[in-house]
Order: sequence, then structure tokens, then C-alpha cells
Amino acid sequence: MSIAAPPVAVVRHLSQHYRDVTALDDVSIALPSGCVIGLIGPDGVGKSSLLSILAGARAIQRGEIVVLGADMADRRAREQACPRIAYMPQGLGKNLYPDLSVRENIAFFARLFGQSRAERDWRIAELMEATALSDFADRPAKKLSGGMKQKLGLCCSLIHDPDLLILDEPTTGVDPLSRRQFWDLIDRLRARSATAMSVVVATAYMEEAERFDWLIAMNDGRILATGTPAELKAQTAAQTIEDAFIALLPPDASRHQAAMPVKTELDPDHEMVIVARDLTCRFGDFTAVDRVNFQIRKGEIFGFVGSNGCGKTTTMKMLTGLLPPTAGEALIFGRSMEAGNHESRRRVGYMSQAFSLYGELTVRQNLVLHARLFHLPHDFAEKRIAELIDRCDLTEHVDGLAAELPLGIRQRLSLAVAVVHAPDLLILDEPTSGVDPVARNQFWRLLIELSRNDDMTIFVSTHFMNEAARCDRLSLMHDGRVLATDTPDGLIRAKGAQTLEDAFVAFLEQDAGLDAPPKMPIDASSPPAPERRISGKPARFSLRRLFAYTIREGLELVRDPIRLMFALFGTAFLMIVFGVGISTDVNDLTFAALDRDQTPESRAYLAELRGSPYFVEKRPLVDYADLERRMKAGDIMASIEIPPNFGLDIKRGRTAFVSAWIDGSMPFRAETIRGYLEGTHQLYLGDPAVKTTRPAAASPVNTEIRFKYNQAFNSIYAMVPTTIALLLALFPAILMALAVVREKELGSITNLYVTPVTRLEFLLGKQLPYVGVALVNFAVMFGMATLLFNVPLRGAILPLLTGTIIYVFTTTAYGMLISTFCRTQIAALFGTAILTVLPATQFSGMLVPVSSLSGVGRIIGMGFPMTYFRPISVGTFTKGLGFADLGADILILLVFIPVLIGLSLVLLPKQDS
Amino acid sequence: MWHSLSNIFWLGTKELRSLFGDVVLIGLVIYSFTVAVVSEAQSNSQELHHASLGVVDEDNSELSRRIISAFMLPYFQTPVYIKESQIEPLMNSGRFTFVLDIPPNFQRDVLAGHRPALQVNVDATAMIQAGLGSGYALQIINTEVVGYLARSNPSEASPVELVTRIAFNPNITTAWFESVMGIINNVTMLAIILAGAALVREREHGTMDHLLVMPLSPFEIAMSKIWANALVIAVTVAVALYAVVQGFLRVPITGSIPLFMGGVVLYLFFATAVGLFLGTIARSMPQLGLLYILVAVPMNLLSGGATPVESQPVWLSTIMKASPSTHFVSFAQAILYRGAGIDVVWPQFAAVAGIGALFLALTLWRFRAAVGATGT
Repeated sequence: MSIAAPPVAVVRHLSQHYRDVTALDDVSIALPSGCVIGLIGPDGVGKSSLLSILAGARAIQRGEIVVLGADMADRRAREQACPRIAYMPQGLGKNLYPDLSVRENIAFFARLFGQSRAERDWRIAELMEATALSDFADRPAKKLSGGMKQKLGLCCSLIHDPDLLILDEPTTGVDPLSRRQFWDLIDRLRARSATAMSVVVATAYMEEAERFDWLIAMNDGRILATGTPAELKAQTAAQTIEDAFIALLPPDASRHQAAMPVKTELDPDHEMVIVARDLTCRFGDFTAVDRVNFQIRKGEIFGFVGSNGCGKTTTMKMLTGLLPPTAGEALIFGRSMEAGNHESRRRVGYMSQAFSLYGELTVRQNLVLHARLFHLPHDFAEKRIAELIDRCDLTEHVDGLAAELPLGIRQRLSLAVAVVHAPDLLILDEPTSGVDPVARNQFWRLLIELSRNDDMTIFVSTHFMNEAARCDRLSLMHDGRVLATDTPDGLIRAKGAQTLEDAFVAFLEQDAGLDAPPKMPIDASSPPAPERRISGKPARFSLRRLFAYTIREGLELVRDPIRLMFALFGTAFLMIVFGVGISTDVNDLTFAALDRDQTPESRAYLAELRGSPYFVEKRPLVDYADLERRMKAGDIMASIEIPPNFGLDIKRGRTAFVSAWIDGSMPFRAETIRGYLEGTHQLYLGDPAVKTTRPAAASPVNTEIRFKYNQAFNSIYAMVPTTIALLLALFPAILMALAVVREKELGSITNLYVTPVTRLEFLLGKQLPYVGVALVNFAVMFGMATLLFNVPLRGAILPLLTGTIIYVFTTTAYGMLISTFCRTQIAALFGTAILTVLPATQFSGMLVPVSSLSGVGRIIGMGFPMTYFRPISVGTFTKGLGFADLGADILILLVFIPVLIGLSLVLLPKQDS
Repeated sequence: MWHSLSNIFWLGTKELRSLFGDVVLIGLVIYSFTVAVVSEAQSNSQELHHASLGVVDEDNSELSRRIISAFMLPYFQTPVYIKESQIEPLMNSGRFTFVLDIPPNFQRDVLAGHRPALQVNVDATAMIQAGLGSGYALQIINTEVVGYLARSNPSEASPVELVTRIAFNPNITTAWFESVMGIINNVTMLAIILAGAALVREREHGTMDHLLVMPLSPFEIAMSKIWANALVIAVTVAVALYAVVQGFLRVPITGSIPLFMGGVVLYLFFATAVGLFLGTIARSMPQLGLLYILVAVPMNLLSGGATPVESQPVWLSTIMKASPSTHFVSFAQAILYRGAGIDVVWPQFAAVAGIGALFLALTLWRFRAAVGATGT
């Protein structure tokens, strides 16, 4: 550690605001280089903001930051510095891709840093060796345990030999053994590295902070104190960092530091409230919970302690009846909690892991809703709610929306809601995760009060050891199994350990020893790796980085069966629906006759209709009432009435009248029926068999209607090529928009912010797989058109193919553009669907020819790619056209590509705001 | 019983608050019942409107000019004179849907009684316009030629005349049809999305676990979502009918709107139940969206609201006749356009309610299994 060296980063007067929340308030600090710097403080005090700004992931609002000598506000300088920084954002494996394997994840990052195949291979091998991940190289990241995800994240961060490693709460929710191994690993890697890598790390575990070289204590967007752990403790005369931190807080933030209520001894003869016998839960071949046994007495606080993903939540879900056990049984109050057991449920309060209140309701509305759902008598409910608001210290927030409360207060509200009906048993699943130490203490004070004063039995899970120590008894859980169950003191004694954490580590080591000895491949004495930095600044444009995204996106798509099925078969399915179901050929029109003449002449007239292929006759009409009723019911679409004396009038040379009523509820159909009736009428007049006294005059002109391109005038020849154009607009755009927004929603968009990959490489790289999917779709639809629908390609294939390739680039780019202003996948999905379907069906020539449009519709149509592709598709399929006629459309489509991608580039930020 | 109703009511009020908190979905509802309905209604897609027409007048006679000037707005755009050699390229590019070709000496031949040929080229890939427009063209040409001849030769009345009248929509206006069909399509779309999203949202936020641990039954939870979402959509439909369809678009509605609203409520029961059912299948919001496209698009397109059910192949129309969306379109047309009463539409009402109950049962059957399996 050489504090004399120039600082690795300097922050001057940094302020950051999000809406009206102040995340950082005039922060100035210099970070010493070559050491491990810990950033401690509760959630939401600006730690993550500070780290993401240091990493270049977030844009600076006010102030100045120099990292590794580069001014982070300057884009050029940042591009130079970024390849020397590595950043692991908060949230376990948040910048990793769950469907990719360990090796594929690391390879993705290696490509982003432009490493050649050979360099990539040895670096990946070396890192996997160092982190003991080699045996799991082909396992998808989503199937790794928390500890292994951590190591994988570290491998991905270290692939490019950074000088500065920024870790945002890398160990939250990981079991204590893995946590220790993680820090040992960091120490070994630093010892080995030639340049003494600097590490900045935020942590929620105060115990961890003890081992860092230098600490920054933060609260409320400000820095409280800096110094070595020893200095901080000396300054506050505290025993531990946690106490030191609480002492550093301004007086009002720590005002609720009332002493913990004393736990009184429990009566051992109390009845058993929860009994779990050989409780087991399997998902497929994965055993989440393996033969778990425990018993909990009335009034006891029972803890369930273990890492994320060790089966705590699954066990709780089985207890509460949310999940049926695969084997074994769980009894609550001596009965199983299967569906329909409302009796027991009334006696249980439950607080699930995620914040499970209605954020759009206020504090009071949440409490009132739950009181109503438990049917508490009105007066009692009023009193109870008032009491809980007071006890949980919610008075000042009572009319605030739950979603807008700070985390610690939300947890208290969750607790108040869970106990509103005064249950006998309270089940809490990680109630304090993400809550700062002060709020945690307050929360536990409430729990102990509830247990001792209200005689409530409490079953609580946690991964904080100091919370576990407050339980009456606890079970240590790992990998779906209970390792040990006893009082905290009992567990410590059993292992002869100093603290509960040490005892847990000992149990874990004993357990791991049964499987395989822990690998320690690198020790500090191994020689430092040779200098092998690939120098030089990153290229402006790199195909390798672009393909990194293409490969990643392709792998993910292939491994997500639902998206893949949708991508490949969704179009085929809708093609059948459209092709078969949408037809403007009107056939089988129903009519009924009201023949009030009943002469040979009237029958001859009707015979003409009956002979028409378009009409189907229904039983004759009896009278006008019948006519009206059947038209209303939709039984007939047209009626023909022949009045009395029809035959007589014809014979006498008087003009005879026939009257027809047509159902106008569907205008297009009505128009068509009218046309058909006129046609049949003309046929009747021209029929030589019709004997009238006057010969009917033939029309003076011979009007030839030439149906060009489609002599049979069958709608399928226009519908099928149009459908291809429509579906190629809809699906690729939706898939592309989802792909970009998915990264935003899951957080892996950070990789765009902090690695050398450019926005253009990112967008094009993600676009290529969907262009590929769209071309596969096109091939399928082309096959269906020619083979299933018998719509042959009359023109040449080449213009169609050229047009299609350009078109799918434009439609994916259209989805890309929409994705830049959508935040959630659901918004992207509906936004794209609406912004595609409306112009596609109304303004692109699908129903109304573009030449008939005017005004806004015309303008929208002109700006939508399908307007230019539909002529290409219909032109080549049905009109038999080639490049000569379609060249202009193809060229216009081509212009869309740079325009749409350019707009996306402008709208997609390279830093988070 | 009383408890159950009270639970359904209170859960539903929470549902309403959640819905109004979701800006994206509310935006979708407003868009659907305003912009989407109006743009469809004003699309003129069901009629011959502003068809593009080119003419090659090789005769340039009084008769030829008389015929050409008879092609008028709003059916046809003002005819554009072109050369014969331009017919092919201009029709290929889609500039003209119709081209009228009047041969040389046309007037002379007509007067001489030679029945000269007159050509109307129709772009048969413009499906609706091509069909309707060729009929109009025939009629216009015939009328003009007969009228021209009648000046010298008093016309003889035809021995039999056909008088056609269109019931329910005398001027065959697209807006009358599309506005109501647009609303119907929106009902299907929104009911499925809102109900499905309400379920998936609770699962993603973990509040569903919370509800299931309380003394509430899946039936109560499902019914609360059905009534709350159906209420919002039903109110929006009523407002859209009065304000957008009758008010803004000036479409007269002859039938009973209250009876129609009764049908809407039954249909909403069905559609929200389908939404909930899809919500039990989808594991995330994006999956719900993809499923929605594959289910709702065919349900809407094939229901008879876009093109007639009877044009479909028999196997498909048989399937579609069982779909509540087809019943919905059919009773909506019967009530709103043709003024039918409950005596006519009750079998369709019953069918919609029955199929809705079936989906509700399926949803309840899937409920616990689907919800429990989502957690980690």
C-alpha cells in the first residue's frame, strides 16, 4: 500500500440529483491508489451512484471526476480510461447473461475488449483456473450458486487486466464461506498482479469492512468520514465498524437507538406451532429442499440462516401452502396448509421476500385493505390500525404512497400489514435485505416486542449473522439441507468458534469436506504473471466487438424456447390465419324471396338468382314481418320481393318492378351484394328465354373490364404477398425492440456503458441475429405462399430477395428506434405493436391503395417502410415485375436504414443519466 | 357468502387503484378508444373512395369527355390524362388503380350502333377498390352512353327494373361499420391485456404470494380482477360509443345501447377470463405480450369484424362460429345496426357467458400450480 502514489481517482464537488432526490451532495474526495477501498453506508445514500460515475457508466451532472488521470466528463478521455477500469454493478450477476454458460459469458467480455482468439483462450483458461470455475465451464450462469456467480462476475471484470476494479456490493446475499473465499481470491489476484490493482468496493456487511485498507463512510449523499478501519474505530471509540458507523451518523438518524428488549426465557412446554418432517421439494432434477426437519414452539423466534438460493424461500413457500411439497409434510397448528384451509390462514401473517405491498396505495390504504380482507370488525380495525401506525412509527408517512417510502420504512409497513389481524404466527422471508443497520435494529426491536409482549411465534429467514444471533434458535441451511439447528450459543460452542459467522463457516467447511476439498489453485507465492497488456487505444469500429453482441444475442435466442418458437412459428401461424381467414371474395350470400306473384315470370326471375354461384337461398319469406325479423337476426343478408302482377305487367309491356333489401351492417359486403344483384338482373334481361313483349336493348357499348395481374380476381393473390410484408414488419420489429429493452430492464446495458463497445456496434450486433430470424421467417412464408396457398412467384426471385433483405434491416431498425424510448419490455412490446399495426394496415396500401390516401395518412404512409415493400412483394409475386419497375422502391427502402439507425444512435445514450 | 363478496369487492378496489397507477396501460386504453377508432372509421376502407384513375382518350369527342367527366369525387379522383404507352408502367408502380382506355372513333361507332369496345384496366391487387370500382365504372359508362344517345333517341324504359335499398346503413358509410368494429376489437384486446397484466404484475411483484397466504380463495382473487378490469373497459366503451362514435364521428345508432352494454359486460367476463388464463400460462410480461398477439389477433381478425366469416373455408368458419368474439361481432351488429332485441340475441349472450365460465374454471384450475411455481 503506497498512499504516497498519485490517487487513483479524484472527485471534486460532485452532486447528483434524480428528480427531487439528492443522491450525491457536493462530494469531494481523493481515492488512494494501490489499495482496497471500502465504501460503507446504508442503502440509498449514493454509494451506487458514486461507483457508477467512477466507472463511467453514469453521466456526471455537476462536479468533476478524474479517474486514472482521465477527465470522466470528456468522452474521448473516458474512452481511453474505460478499458483500464472494470465494473461489477450491484445485484448478483447483473451484467452477466443467465442463459449463457460460464465460458460464453467470459468470452463475450473478452470480445468486447477486442481480444484475439488465442489471447482470449488462454486468459479464459487462466481465470477459470484461478477461480475454480473450470469444472463448470459449460454450465449456464443462471444455474450457478450465488458464490459462483460472484466469481464469474469477477472473471468477466478481470478479463482485460484492469488497473481499477469497482465492485458494487459484490457479496450481498452470499454465504459466509463463499464471501471469505471471494476476498481471499481478490487478495491473491492483487498480490499476483504486476501493477497492484486498485479496488473500490461497496458493501452492506460491516464485518467485511474490517479487512479493507481504507474506508469511506457515507450517509445521505455526503461523506461522513474517511480513514483506515482502525482510525475510524479510534475516532469514535467503538469496538466494531458497525458501532463506529452508527456513532458517525448525525443524531437524528440514530435517534431510535433504544436498547433491545430483553429476551426472556421461553417455557419449554409450549405447544409446537410449526412441524416440518422430511420436507422435500424438487423442480425437475433439481432438489431445492432436501429432507428438512425442524419444530418451532409457540412464542419462539426461529431463524433460518443461509445464502441466497439455498432453499429458505422454497421451504417457507411449502410451509405457507404456496408450493406443494414433493415429499414429507409441513404442519402449522397441527394441520397442513393446503388450499382451502382458511382456518389456519387467519392465524398466520406473512411477509414475502420482495416488497409485497401495493405501491400505488398509501400506507393507511394498505392497512385498511388488509383489515377488510381479514374481516376485522370496523371499530376494532380502526383501533388496531392506529395502534400499529404508532408502534411501527409510521405516523408521518400515513398518507404517503407505499412505493415512495424509503426501504426501511416500507419494511416496517410490511410488518404492520402482516400483523394487522393479530396472527399467532408470523412468517418473514428475508425481511431486512437491503435495509441499513439502523433500520434493521429498529425492525428487530419490533420483532422481539411482538414475540415477547404479544406471544407471537416468529419464523424469520436472513443472511445477516448479527440478526441470526438475535433468534432464540436457528437452523443453518445450505444447498437445500439443514446443516445444524440449535440456539446461537449452542452452535458457537459446538464448533468452538468465536462468533456465529465463524461457526457457520466451520459447518460449511465440514459440509464441503464431504464433497470435495476446496481448490486453492493460486497462492500468493506464485510468480506474478508476465506483463501482457495489449496496449493502444481501442479502434473506433471493431467487427469483433460487434460480433460479440451478435453471438451473445444468437445464443440467448436459441436458448429461450418461448421467444424462439414465437420468432420462428409465430409468423407461420399468423400467415395461415391471414391467408386463409381474410378474404375479400364474398361468397355464399344468403337471401330469401318473397314471391307475391307466383307466376312463371316471377319464378324465372328468381331462377336466375338461384343459378348464381354467389347466392344461397334460404326458406322463402312469409310476409314483411318475417322479412324484418330475419334480416334483424342476420339470418339473411338480402331479400327479393316480387310484387303481385309482376308477370301480368311484363306481358302487358308495363315496366315491372323487383325490390331488393340488402343488409347494410357490413358496408363492403352490402356493396358487393348490390353489384351481384345488378349483374344477375342484367343476365335476366339478356336471357333470350325471358319472353317480354319488348326485346331488351343490348348495351350500346361493350365495356371490357380487364383485371390486370389477377385475372381470376381472387383475393389470395394480393393477400398473401401483403401478409408477408405485414408480418415482416411486425415480428422483427417486436423482437428487436424487446432485445434492446431487455438489456435495459435486466441491467446488462451497463456493459454498453463501461466497455469499449460503441453504440453502433451494440445496435448492429444485436440487429444481425434478428435479421437472420426474419430471413428464416421469409423463407418459411415464401414456402407457404407457393406450396400451401398456391400463389406462385410470377416475377424474378432476385428483386424480391434484394428487397426483402433491405426491408428486414429497416423493420428491425424501426424496432430499434422504438426501443430507445421504452423503459420496460411490456411498453416496448405494445409500443412496437401499435406503431407498426396502425400504419401497416391503414396507410401502407394493405386495404386502401396508397394512391388513394391523402393528408396525415399519406404522410404516415410515406414514412413507413412497408409502403415501399408491399409493391415489391405484390409486384414480384403477382404482377410479375422486375428491377426495372421496382428499383425506385428498393432504393427508398435502402435510405431508411441509415436514417433509422442514425436516429437510434442519437437517442441511445452511451451513459446512464 | 357475504365474506366472499366483500373480499371480491375490496380486492377489486385495489385493482382499480393499481390500474390507474399504470401509465402505459392507461395510455393504451385512451389511444385505443380515440386515435385508433377514429383512424379506422375514417379510413374509407370499406367503400370506393378517392380511387386513382388515369384515362387514355384517343377519341377526344364529346362522348368521351362526357364519360370522363362523370368519374367524380368522392368515388374517383379527378382523372389524369396519360398516353397509352404509359398504362403499363404507371399501373405497375401502383400510381393508378384504374385506367380507362377510350379507343379512336368511339363516339362515331357508338352512334352507328357498332357497339365499340371500351377498356377499363383494373389493378386487381387492390382488392376492395378493384371489385367495387369496376362495378361503379361499368355503371357510369353505361349511364353516360345511354344518356348521350337519349338526346337524339328518347329512351325506352327497361321492361323490368330492380330497385335496391340498403337497410340499416343506407349510404353504406365505412365509419358506421368500422367505428363499432374498432371498439369491439379494442374490447377483446384490452380485456385480455389488462386482466393478464394484472395477474402477471402481482406475480412479478410477489404480492400474489401474499394474497394466497391470506384467507382468500383463487375464485375471489380472479373475480376481483374480472369485475374491476371489466368495469373500466365497460365504462370506456360506453363513453366511446356516446362521445366518439355518436358525438365525434356522427354515426347514428338505431339499436338499444343498454342492451348492447349488457352484451359487452358478458363478453368482458369471457375476455378477462381468457386474459387471466393466459396470465397463468405466461411466466413474465413479455411472454404474456407474445401470447396475446398469437391469441387475440386471430380472434379479432376472424370474428367477422374485418372480413365476412362466410368467406372463410368451412373448417375455419366452423371453428370461428364457436368463438365468443364472433358472437360478439354478430350480436353487436344485430343490436346496434339492425335494432334487434333480446329475443333475437339471447342465444349468443348465453354462449358467450358459458364459454366465459369455462375459461374461469380453467384459470382457477391452473391458479395455484402456476402461481406457486414461479418463485425462486
